[in-house]
This record gives sequence, C-alpha cells and structure tokens, in this order.
Amino acid sequence: MSARRLAVEARVNGDPVEFLCDPEQTLLEALRDELGLTGTKEGCGTGDCGACSVLLDGALVCSCLVLAAEAEGREVRTVEGLAPRENGGDRSLGVLQRKFLEHAALQCGICTPGFLVAADALLARNADPSESEVRYGISGNLCRCTGYDKIVRAVLDAAVELRRAKAGGGA
Amino acid sequence: MEAFRYEAPTTLDAALALLAREAAVAPEQRPAILAGGTDLIVQMRGGLRRPAAVIDVKRVPELARIDVGADGLSLGAAVPCASLRGREDVRALWPGLVEAAELIGSMQIQGRATVVGNLCNASPAADTVPSLLVLGARVRIAGPRGVREVPVSDFCVAPGRNALAPDELATALFVPRPAARSADAYLRFTPRAEMDIAVVGAAARVTLAPDGRCTAAAVALGAVAERALLAPAAAEALVGTRLEPASLARAADAARAAARPIDDKRGTAFFRRHVTGVLVTRAVERAAARAGARP
Amino acid sequence: MSEPSEPRAFKWVGQRIVRPDGADKVTGRAAFGADRRLPGMLHGRVLRSPHAHARILRIDASAARALPGVKAVVVGADLPLPRRESGGGGESPVDYRDLAENVLARDKVLYVGHAVAAVAATSARTAEQALRRIAVAYEPLPPVLDLERGLDPDAPVLHDHLFTHGVEPRPTRPSNVAKRTLLERGDVEAGFAAADAVVEGEFRTETVHQGYIEPHAAVAEPAQDGHLTVWCCTQGPFMVRAHVAKLLGLPIGHVKVIPSEIGGGFGGKTTVYVEPIAAALAQRAGRPVRLVMSREDVFRASGPAPASRIRLRVGARRDGRIVAVDASLAYEAGAFPGSPVEAGAMCLLAPYDVEAFRIEALDVCVNKAKTTAYRAPGAPMAAFAAESLLDELAAKLGLDPLELRLRNAAKKDTRAAYGPRYREIGFLETLEAARAHPHWSAPLGANEGRGVACGFWFNGGQSSSASVALNEDGTLSLVAGTPDIGGSRASLALMCAEELDVDPARIRPVIADTETAGYSDMTGGSRVTFATGMAVIEATRALVRQLRERAAKLLDVPVDEVVWKEGAAQPAGGTGRILALEELARDALRTGGPLVGQASLTARGVGPAFATHLVDVSVDPDTGKVDVVRYTAIQDAGKAIHPSYVEGQMQGGVVQGIGWALNEEYVFDAKGQLANPGFLDYRMPVALDVPMIDTVIVEVPNPRHPHGVRGVGEVPIVPPIAAIANAIHAATGLRLRHAPFSPPRVLEALLTRTSGLARAAR
Repeated sequence: MSARRLAVEARVNGDPVEFLCDPEQTLLEALRDELGLTGTKEGCGTGDCGACSVLLDGALVCSCLVLAAEAEGREVRTVEGLAPRENGGDRSLGVLQRKFLEHAALQCGICTPGFLVAADALLARNADPSESEVRYGISGNLCRCTGYDKIVRAVLDAAVELRRAKAGGGA
Repeated sequence: MEAFRYEAPTTLDAALALLAREAAVAPEQRPAILAGGTDLIVQMRGGLRRPAAVIDVKRVPELARIDVGADGLSLGAAVPCASLRGREDVRALWPGLVEAAELIGSMQIQGRATVVGNLCNASPAADTVPSLLVLGARVRIAGPRGVREVPVSDFCVAPGRNALAPDELATALFVPRPAARSADAYLRFTPRAEMDIAVVGAAARVTLAPDGRCTAAAVALGAVAERALLAPAAAEALVGTRLEPASLARAADAARAAARPIDDKRGTAFFRRHVTGVLVTRAVERAAARAGARP
Repeated sequence: MSEPSEPRAFKWVGQRIVRPDGADKVTGRAAFGADRRLPGMLHGRVLRSPHAHARILRIDASAARALPGVKAVVVGADLPLPRRESGGGGESPVDYRDLAENVLARDKVLYVGHAVAAVAATSARTAEQALRRIAVAYEPLPPVLDLERGLDPDAPVLHDHLFTHGVEPRPTRPSNVAKRTLLERGDVEAGFAAADAVVEGEFRTETVHQGYIEPHAAVAEPAQDGHLTVWCCTQGPFMVRAHVAKLLGLPIGHVKVIPSEIGGGFGGKTTVYVEPIAAALAQRAGRPVRLVMSREDVFRASGPAPASRIRLRVGARRDGRIVAVDASLAYEAGAFPGSPVEAGAMCLLAPYDVEAFRIEALDVCVNKAKTTAYRAPGAPMAAFAAESLLDELAAKLGLDPLELRLRNAAKKDTRAAYGPRYREIGFLETLEAARAHPHWSAPLGANEGRGVACGFWFNGGQSSSASVALNEDGTLSLVAGTPDIGGSRASLALMCAEELDVDPARIRPVIADTETAGYSDMTGGSRVTFATGMAVIEATRALVRQLRERAAKLLDVPVDEVVWKEGAAQPAGGTGRILALEELARDALRTGGPLVGQASLTARGVGPAFATHLVDVSVDPDTGKVDVVRYTAIQDAGKAIHPSYVEGQMQGGVVQGIGWALNEEYVFDAKGQLANPGFLDYRMPVALDVPMIDTVIVEVPNPRHPHGVRGVGEVPIVPPIAAIANAIHAATGLRLRHAPFSPPRVLEALLTRTSGLARAAR
C-alpha cells in the first residue's frame, strides 16, 4: 500500500463503507476490486455501454467515468442494492428484477445490472413512461442479445405494477 | 491511467490556489479540472492527458448553482446536464440550450457532464457550443488576476484548446435573457438516436416581429470546422424576411458556404456540408415556431 | 438417436418458465469472466503491434523484467511452436501453427493490435509500466488492407508458405488467396441462354464485430504438479482446454477449464486470445494471473466478421423459375486463412431449388485481425447479394417478391446447392406466414418502403454430453458442458422435465467444468438446444429406464410391466402400486444404489433453419438517414422449447442485422489503424434506434430430434441486410449494393441520382 492511497468513506447500498483507493482508480474499479461488488460490469471503460451504471446520490452515472475518490461522503447504489431488503434481502427480488425474468429480458445477462439500474432511475423520475420514453431512458445501455424488445416490455410492465402497488398502498 | 494527485477543494479560492501552485509545471502535466469528467477521464485513460493533479471542483458550492435572474441565466461549472432536465424555467427561456444538453451522450453521461465542461473541452462537435453561440453567452473566468468574461465565440481557439490561462478556472456561463418573441433551437445529425457524437450540429435563434417578419437572427454550426462557429451570412439571409422557403434556402446555402468540413470516421465532408444546410433550415423553422408562440 | 416424431403433445416443453439462473443474473451475483479474484492474483497486460504488417527484428524485455513487481514476461518465442495441424473443430477449425502465431506473434506482426508480448505484475499499473519498457524493433512492411489488394498477385504476401489451395496445377508463387472453392452443378451457360431475365450485381460489406458486451477475460491458476486451471468466458471450455494444452505443450489432462458465465459471444468466443497467455504467465510466475481485454483490444485484436465482395448473376424464366446462377464470393480472412466464405457460398442459394449454378469462393488474407465466427458465419453477406437480386428479378418479371420466392422455394427432397437433400423443412411455411401476416399488406407512409428477404442456416450437430442425477429428496441435478449464452439452461431443464414428467423447478441445470462434464463441443452453430438437448433427453431416458428397473425390482414384476407416467413408476396395466419419484429417490441407496442417467453423443439429424423477414423503413430524403419503423421476423424453429428465448434469439439477431445494415463498420486509415475501436464510434443500435421486433414462430418439427428441435440462434441475422436494402429500394428507388447503408452513402446515392436526373432532363 502506497502513501498516495486515499481513504474514502461512503454509503454503498445503504451501508457505510470505508475503502482505500488510488487517486486514478475509478469508482467501478473500487466497487469491484476493493468492495467485491462485481455485479457492476465493465463493458468499455469509456462510458459508452452503460454496463457499469450506478446511482451516485441518486443520479444515474457510468461508474467507469467517476473517480473512486469522488464517492467520499456520497451514496452509491448498485445492482446489488436493488432487491428490497426488508423482505429478507437475498430471496426476494424487486419488481424490475422480477419483470426482467418473467419477460425473458436477458439472454447472456452481462448488461442486465446496468439496465436494471438505469430502468430504476427512469421509473423513479417517471412512473408512467411511454415506450419511447423507456427507450430514451435506457439508450445509454447497450444490449447485444435481446434487440431491446423484451427489455422495453419488462420496464413498461414493471411501471404498471409499481403504479398499481402505489395506488393500492395509498387507498 | 497514469498516477496523479486528487484534490477536492471546497472553496473557489482554494481551487484557484491549487491551480496557481501547479501552473508552473510542464504543459503536458498541467492540472486538469474535473467537473463531469466524461471527457477528462476518457482522455486520461487513453493516455491523451497525463496531468500531475486532478482538481475536482464539484465541492465548491458556488460552482454548483443554477440562477435564473432578470438579466439571464448563470450556470455554474459543476452543474451536470441532468440538472437542467427538471428546470422548466430554464427550458422555457432557452429551449435550444436545454435540448443540446439533453443530446449529450446518454442519461448516464448527462448525469455527470457539465455544459461548462462541454465548452472547455473545445471539441468542434460539442453539442451545447452552437447553442451558446447563438445565445451570445459569455464565460465567467476566475484567476489570480481577478474575474473576467469572455464571449463564447472567442473561447474555443482550436480543437481541444480554449482561452483559459493555466491558472484560470471557468466558473460559470452567463446566458442573456432572450428578447421578446425570440427563441432558440438546436438540432444535430447523428446516425444513432443517442450515444453518438454530432456529425453536424446547427443552432438558430430568431426574433420575430408581430407580423412574423424576422428582425434578428443568429446561426451557429458544430462539427463542420475546427471549432463551432457562427455563420453570420446565414443569419443575414434571414433578417428582414418572413422565413419563407426561399430565404431559408439562402440561409442554408450561406451556412454550407461557411462550413469547412472534413472526412473522418464519423462522416464525410460532402455529407456534412449538405446536411449543414438541412439542419440550419430545420433549426430556424423550429426556433421560429417557438418564437411565434411567445408573447 | 433417431426416431420418427409425430406431432406430439408436450406438457412442459413450450412453457415460458423463469430461467433457473435468472435470479443470479438480476442481482449481480452471476460471475462472469472478469469477476474472479484469487489470493495472490497477478494482473496481466499485453503489448500489441502498432503496425499492420512488420517483421519483428528483436524484442528486448530485460528492462521490463527488472521492474519491481513484475513476476513474468512472455513472448512468442517462449512458447512451443506447434506443427501445422488442424484442431478445434466446430464453427472455427484452426491450424495450430496459425493459432499460436495469432495468440503471440513470432517473426511478423500481421495487424495492428497483434499481441507481441505479455507481462504479469503485482498491480495493473506496474504491468502497464512494464509494457512500456519492452523494446520491440520492427521492420515495417507494406500492408495489404482490402480485398482488391489481397487478390492482386503483385501485392505483398503475408505468408510465404501459403499457396492457394484448390487451384490446379498447384501455384508456384505464394499468394494471399488461401483457398479457392467451387460449387458447381448443371449447365450454367445453357441456363443463362434459356433465361428470359438476367440480373447481376456486385455487393460489398465491411468488417463488423459481434459486439458482445463482455470483453474476453481469463484467470489462470497454476498448480505445483504442472497442472493448470483456467477460468474464462468462452463458448467452448473443451476448445479452450485443447488449445491451451496445445499452445503450452501440455497433455490435455493437465488443463482444467472452468467456464464462467459468458457475456455474449455470437461466435466471437469460439477461439482463444487471452487464455493461453494468462496460462503461460501463470506457469512462469507460479501465481494466478488475470488477463482482461480492454474494449479497444477487443475491437482491434479479437476476431471480427469479414468484409466481403460478391459478384452474382442470376437468370430466370418468365414464370420466375431460376435457371442459372453464376457467383464469385471473396471474403477477408484477416491475418490468417479461414474466413467463412465457403459457408457463404453454401448458403447463397440454400433456400431455393436451382438446377444450374457455379459458385466460386475465395478466402483472402489481409493485414487485419483474423476473422472468426459471427452468427451464421458468412451467410448474411451472401443473402444480401442473392435476396437483393431476387427482388430485382421479381420487379423485372412483374412478380410479387414473395411469389417469386414461393415459386423457387426449396422443400422436402429438394437437393440443396451445397449437396444434401432436405428432409422436412419449413421454408414454404415461413413464406406463407409472411404473405398472410398483416404487416405484408399494411399501408405505408411517405418516404417509407417495405422489403422482404429470406435466409438459411445449416445449424450444428456435433458432440455433447449430459448427465441427470436424482438427488435423495427427488430433486435433480442436470450437468452439461455447453455454456449457457442465452437461456439454454431453461431449455435443457424443460426437455429433462418433459421426459421425466416432473416440474422443471425441481431440476437444477449446471454448466460444469471440463473435469466434471463429459466432452462437449462449443456453444455455437445453433446446436445447444438441438444436440445438448438430445443428450439431455437421452440421459433422462436412461434415468427413467433405471427408475423403471428399480421399481420393477421393488414390485417384483418384469420391467416392461412398469411404465413411467406423471413423474412416477406406474403399472402398465393401470392397476397396482405406484412408486413416486420421491419414493424411489429416498430409497435409492438402499434399493440398489444411486440413480444417474448419462449420455454422450455425436448428434445426427440436424434440421436446417429458414427465415423470412419483413421490414418497413423510412428514409429521410434530406439526410439519407434510414429508420427501421416496423419489423416482422418469421422463422421455422422446429419446436420452440422455450418460446420466449426463441423470440429473443430472433429479435437479437434481427437487431444485430439492422446494425450491420445501417451503421456498423470498421473504419481503417491508410496504414491499417482502426479509427473506431470503441462503442462510441462503432455504432451498434441503441434502444431508441429500433422498434419492437415482431416474431412469428413456425413449427415444422425436425423429425430427427426427439422433441422436433431445429437450431434457432443464427438464421435471424441472415435476412436483415437484404430486407433493409430491398425496403430502401421500395422507399427511394435506389439499389444500394454496399453495406452499411449509412447516411453518407444513402445521401450520396440520393443526390447523385437527383443530379443525374437533372442532367438527363437538360
């Protein structure tokens, strides 16, 4: 460990974490190599594929274009944090995750974490997106297997279920 | 990525002090300002930039502000494009600038990239620069010699080079409030709908008299020269007209004449020149429709 | 295995179950190639050639070796040089000498990005610093950068040992044309003489990449006894085992390959790049080494699909029957021989019944990365040429384009141009379904046009192994050796469930390593659901036989008085004791031992796949931008085991085809440098670029598969380029013969025609 390493304190998926990083290490590298959160994937390292998408203080970003040191004091949410924790964490899946499975919206699955995070961000700001709004919301994510069809349907269906749950919860 | 020091000053003075301290290093090692980082980190990763220090300015509070005042918009250097998405007040007054910001990269890129960074990167294809040009925007620059303002039209000097001295920091953009019955628009051509770099960009601002005559106009082009540029001859072709097809065609031709495009991996010079005219026509029509709808 | 399969009622097959590996893949838990970390693991980096063609004079790595933290350096000369012999099989057979030289260059570098040396160090940064300390002296040579140059007998030669195969007498000079193949039948000249209409053209496509999102990655771990374990993302763990063993000079039994989850391949992961290098570094360092390609490396130095040039001439009678075809196909092989040009030649006319043809195929070496398989290798380019000309023929003869295809369509007993007679095939059914589809008759808007095109793919058979073990509680473990690249675990579980007649949720399919699974060829060629599925069915049937025997023993009746129904051993006569699977499982160890069904087979009876696609495009007359506004893909799947994943294969293949047709292409400069080695400028479609892709699955069961399966994965990429070209013609009147139909190309064609018309009017 060199003296130039930086100590970073942040929250990742709700939990406080501390890690050491080199200044030139990206948040993606820190998540994967320092924190063992390998659900966030590197497809390009230049922000062009979205496989490394995370939420940084709620903003959708490519973690390959964020320095790990920038996470100091911030909240990071990754695919590992998408499942609802109150229901026993491990076994229950979030609505988007379940819809991706029901609609067969993944084939190889490498892009799936990034799509889930991007779709989560989309539905957080627009609960009732049109098909083209969904397509716009996930256009920073490349998928080479599905042709996007089933992903778009899964996100639209998740939006319906989330709206229904909200309406039911409010009634 | 090569090793560098990471600095995250929390005041403007501290940021400027860091810049001043580092200003003496060899040019290729000069510190890099990290705002959105969507260009910088890619450049460092590719070995195109090897700064000794990276100065993250996002923790300087005044750089994170969006202020809409009586005279115009002040947009801080650390404001990501995504922050404009929810600002209906900004969109209402400068729709072309917001549409340019919303075309940069993807949602993820807009979550980080800043308009000021888009300008400072001085890419000929930067989406927001043509918009800033037609709006007459100015760059606010802080440095050891005080604060100065530079028109955007004088800011980019060459691909990747801007008018900042090594010890200066672009802190904000100032965009004047549009005149009555005046509006802007930005269009770009990319082969893909998103996640692409402009092959041609065109911004227009027009002011209409109550009878529909165009009383003022500006046209700017992206990706067709070594930097984004104003096309005054195209604007002149519009002023005094009712923006009927013949006038638009004259403006399109003038814009094509102003373009100095090249062949590259993203498109051919022939294509760029032709589409310059097409986009100018469409951008003027769009700006005019907006201006006509304004009080 | 071969048995007549009557249209059969399935209980589990055809259900859209949630895939067994799904939860891991939506929670980030699934481990892909770059996700493995081992104690003491080193970081590998590869030094790559800056030249497209150069002789390596010297490599001096002493300064790199001296750098603290560097644990191993390897160059080509450090590895054994294998003899010229063929290996690998599958979609990508290799010459081992070529493979070794592609993995690490020896005397010459043959493309920009060609691996020259590799380093393993305690950190990635140290490894990168070490690369900069390796001094390579090159003597640059003039490069051969396109087909014209490759075909030019006066061009520089890449390989002095290469004399064109298939030419008599044997040439006396080495050539960049590695091989010439001729497919010929009937009297072509007489056919053209009898033709009422003849159409011809030259068609071109550019180099494209499979574009899998996961870069190649490997972790190699050495053991004290000289054995090696390689963890990697591959379509073929047994292929990696064979290649690594050969390239390192090890017995196959000394290499164990653990396939990680694989983040896409589409043919691109049917050979090795980083795996042998990681293994060689690990051997030298005595520590685990991880080697991951950057995206730029993937574009420059993995195997893209070739650029092509096809000259084609087709003659037909007034009634639309094709009577003669003359074709010459030239594909870029890249740095070493082995483009899929022969497959392209074989696919060119495969959907049609043609009496007289002559098809020449040329495999041409150029100074670009060695091409490898990409989804239906070689076929999309051939279909682009053939299906474009069929459209012109239809127009010339005043026939509806679907009608022309129907009149020539291959059916049962048609002898395919590539040799065999077809058995039951579903091509006509796809054409009829297209004609009946509302898309075919829907109105079009301004600047819109509709195109149709068809496609063929052989599908693969080859070898697969599977085992099905009954656990003590009645759950089942299904082990296979073909990586699951798009949901095949779900299909295998469904086929196993069908045979056992139990809920597939009880079956846990596992893709095992090369020491656990029986030998299996690669995932590729649309063969897994067919061939591994066949092995799973056989293994399950073997288990069912054991279960019946066990039940017969327990009931003290002859085995043929026990049938297997509804997941239980039941009396054949209908009355008597029923022994449920759970019961047999619980007592298995006391009643005769564990129950495990196994099968290893080389699958026969491949059923080819046919597809017919309809597409509507909108062309912006001012910018040349082509937008796909509606797409319908119709395909004979034989039997769709899991319809959602069949649809997914169709949709994914179509969108790759749309990318190939519209914007994807490698852009090289005059020195052979790739100008767009990234996802920003290699423009694969994003979600906003495409509409929903409608699918129609036609099911004409393959009689030689117990569940009627044909492969489905590859044929969907075959028709799109041609379908889109035909749609652009319908929208604009322009015949585009050079893909991609990118905005600059389309605009130039539009404007040239306008000015041409203007000239004509003057």
